[in-house]
Amino acid sequence: MRYLPLTKDEQQEMLASLGLEKIEDLFQDIPAEAMFQGDLDVPGPLSEAELVRHFRELAGKNKDATQLVSFLGAGAYDHLIPSIIKHIVGRGEFLTAYTPYQPEITQGVLQSIFEYQTMICELTGMEASNASMYDGASALAEACLMACAATKRELVILPATLHPEWQAVVRTYLENQDVSIVFMPQHAETGTVDLDRLADLPWAEAACVVVQQPNFFGLLEDVAALKARIHEAKGLLVMAVDPISLSLLKSPGELGADIVVGDGQSLGQAMGYGGPAFGFFATTDKLIRRMPGRVVGETVDAEGKRAFVLTLQTREQHIRREKATSNICSNQALNALAATIYLSVLGKQGFRDVGYQCLQKASYMKQRLLEIPGLSSPFSAPTFREFAVRGQVDWVEINKRLLDHGFLGGLPLARFGHPDLVLFSVTEARTKQEIDDFVSTLRGLIQ
Amino acid sequence: MTLRADVPLIFERSTPGRRGYRLPELDVPETPLEELIPQEYLRTEPPALPEVSELEVVRHYTQLPRRNHGVDVGFYPLGSCTMKYNPRVHEDLVSLPGLSAIHPYQPEETVQGALELIYNLSEHLAAIAGLAKTSLQPAAGAHGELSGLMVIKAYHNHRGEGHRTEMLVPDSAHGTNPASCAMVGYKVVEVPSNERGGVDVEALKKLVGPNTAGLMLTNPNTLGLFDENICQIAQIVHEAGGLLYYDGANANAIMGVVRPGDTGFDVVHFNLHKTFSTPHGGGGPGAGPIVVSEKLAPFLPGPVVQKDGDQFRLVMPEHSVGRVRSFYGNFLVYAKAYAYILSHGPQGLREVSATAVLNANYVMNKLKDVFELPYERICMHEFVLSGSHLKKYGVRTLDLAKRLSDYGFHAPTVYFPLIVDEAIMIEPTETEAKSTLDEFIEVMRQIAEEAKENPEMLTSAPHNTPVKRVDEARAARHPVLRWKPEASGEQ
Repeated sequence: MRYLPLTKDEQQEMLASLGLEKIEDLFQDIPAEAMFQGDLDVPGPLSEAELVRHFRELAGKNKDATQLVSFLGAGAYDHLIPSIIKHIVGRGEFLTAYTPYQPEITQGVLQSIFEYQTMICELTGMEASNASMYDGASALAEACLMACAATKRELVILPATLHPEWQAVVRTYLENQDVSIVFMPQHAETGTVDLDRLADLPWAEAACVVVQQPNFFGLLEDVAALKARIHEAKGLLVMAVDPISLSLLKSPGELGADIVVGDGQSLGQAMGYGGPAFGFFATTDKLIRRMPGRVVGETVDAEGKRAFVLTLQTREQHIRREKATSNICSNQALNALAATIYLSVLGKQGFRDVGYQCLQKASYMKQRLLEIPGLSSPFSAPTFREFAVRGQVDWVEINKRLLDHGFLGGLPLARFGHPDLVLFSVTEARTKQEIDDFVSTLRGLIQ
Repeated sequence: MTLRADVPLIFERSTPGRRGYRLPELDVPETPLEELIPQEYLRTEPPALPEVSELEVVRHYTQLPRRNHGVDVGFYPLGSCTMKYNPRVHEDLVSLPGLSAIHPYQPEETVQGALELIYNLSEHLAAIAGLAKTSLQPAAGAHGELSGLMVIKAYHNHRGEGHRTEMLVPDSAHGTNPASCAMVGYKVVEVPSNERGGVDVEALKKLVGPNTAGLMLTNPNTLGLFDENICQIAQIVHEAGGLLYYDGANANAIMGVVRPGDTGFDVVHFNLHKTFSTPHGGGGPGAGPIVVSEKLAPFLPGPVVQKDGDQFRLVMPEHSVGRVRSFYGNFLVYAKAYAYILSHGPQGLREVSATAVLNANYVMNKLKDVFELPYERICMHEFVLSGSHLKKYGVRTLDLAKRLSDYGFHAPTVYFPLIVDEAIMIEPTETEAKSTLDEFIEVMRQIAEEAKENPEMLTSAPHNTPVKRVDEARAARHPVLRWKPEASGEQ
């Protein structure tokens, strides 16, 4: 096999050093009834050239965002990705390293995580960040569990305006620990959490209230009222945020959040059919010892030089076992590194530009779409990069026809119980021309 | 620039007003910001991100990796982590826009190639596990454990046996096992090991009962030893009404040799970033798919891919435990594992495992006269030594680990498993040349000599690394988890 370097002679020499004759002798501790006889039912072996051909064939059966103009969002976004990211994350010392358990020879990874944690703190306005989670949805589930542990309560309040898949993930995690979920309803007109219907909710029993900002429909939630309610009841405010929106919006820290999570796909990550990207997780100094996941801290070496190291490990599974704050071990470090490079090369001004252009382009497209007879805006709250449109048309069918014109239309929300709604996302990667073409094509299809 | 020189933080390279990447000019008519978003929602200060040029970013993130070890740099015998070669062609494959630039909510007819890949890989992993159905949702090994335990719990609940809340976990298990049990509300019942390093069968018989949900087992276990009593263990647990969970962290030893399903396991997770060579990336992303028997398939986390004629589609299993993350798992990670399986084929995978086992035994045999070997048996893909005999020279296993860095080797896993004093867990993997193994053996023997004659050389190690020994206690006592401008230069 091409990745196995031992020659036949070396193999024989090594076996002989063990007093063995053949390779099968190495398996003498395995009882006969446990041994597998025959060949595994898998194809191959393929040479590199054959492998590349097979993958090209598979990839060729998909239509991708380099062939189509995409207005799909809802948790994965077609943003511009600076070229340098792939060159740096492809470096073998980053790519082929394990978790930095030996700090003296892993300062590169450790320092990059420390920089990542700093950037997440800057974006969220929080005091501490961990080194990353699997994705935004599982990070939110862990945030809810952390809030339960911190408050010794077993109920969380979720907004009906939270991404339905995130709701599902939170439900999966929480029901396995017998934590109850109560929903805050959506206001029919604004599309955000109905602030007039908060009084009946069990605030005194709630470990936390969750707010997604912007919410699933792209709308900006009014966080202040929820913050006041939950803090008065001594529960925690958990915010699930879109990182790009933090270029313009007041930080969760400023709004009084106790735990902030989100999905980092927007920050320089390929869409990759949904993974891998990463989840981020930030909190206050007060709560850091309850935080799940790995954390890097600054310290010094034996000569007093600045150095970085994994720290606060007494929270983690390899030390605390069943009493750990979470079972998480592997995270999404390389994706967090990609985000760190993304935020570095965009920088203070460039990052703001991304948010500003998303907002302006989405706003422009929304105005243009609403000029089409039969389409209307279902909600009144302000939007950022995504917005829903209402129209009594078969959006799934419309999308099929848009594909013929080279467009990936918005997400029909019928699958989430809103048959006449479609959710559009517009990033800085879209041009005015693409938007105008899309709007006129859609106009033609609807009329 | 030398490797010893301090690399400033990216923030410390910042110059106000400097720009890196630039967007195209905004080409749509602008609306004043305050008309789009209410003033009270807007931040007054932008996040203090670095202000650096593209070259400065490239230099910075080129200087950092030079201060980092990786499989590409040198030998990495980190036990239980399977630090094998990560084929570079895999990186090319997952960069194809047809895989990397597809959206998870695209209509299924536009992603048939992606769904076919998921379907094929699911089938291949099932074949390797000797079980029926796969879910590729879990993002990592621990996530696979959590998902697998949810499946077990859902199965018992479905049968009206929700009282089964005790999970048996050997004392040699990975820390994630008990931690994952806690995440599903299971009580951990620890099973002792016997004198040969396996599960103590007599103790197990006494520990199973009407509340047993199952047993989590790594086989070969964390000592690198195959549990000879596996079939009997499975029988005991099954007769008590429990299920068997296979922690696949050590599956690199058994491909094509033993199928866990054949030995009685009901649920298996594979660490694709270990056995199937997807890069560890400094801690992730990994992938921890689970494979289960036919009777557990309806409970798998979803969605999973189903084949109808020549069409592939996403479906939720009938009694699914639900979603464990958004979308469909770490797609671009497990696509590399698919490539790895195809590159090797059935004989190749068996040869991988056989060679991994040969390499481990070869190294073990050449070190057992200078280190203590707590279990004198043929090992599988890894083995555990003890450094306890070095204590009399004032040397700990940790010192040995640090000294190895001076010779350009990454340290083995140390102080794990917990049942071996001063444990040193070595996993060479199958992709290392004999000459590398010989060099490592030579260095380990030399360090054992140094421990006796010049212990200070070890206790003050490492000497040739970018930083000297790092003060871990200080970091935990006074956590500094982020950079702040005002704190710079205050050390």
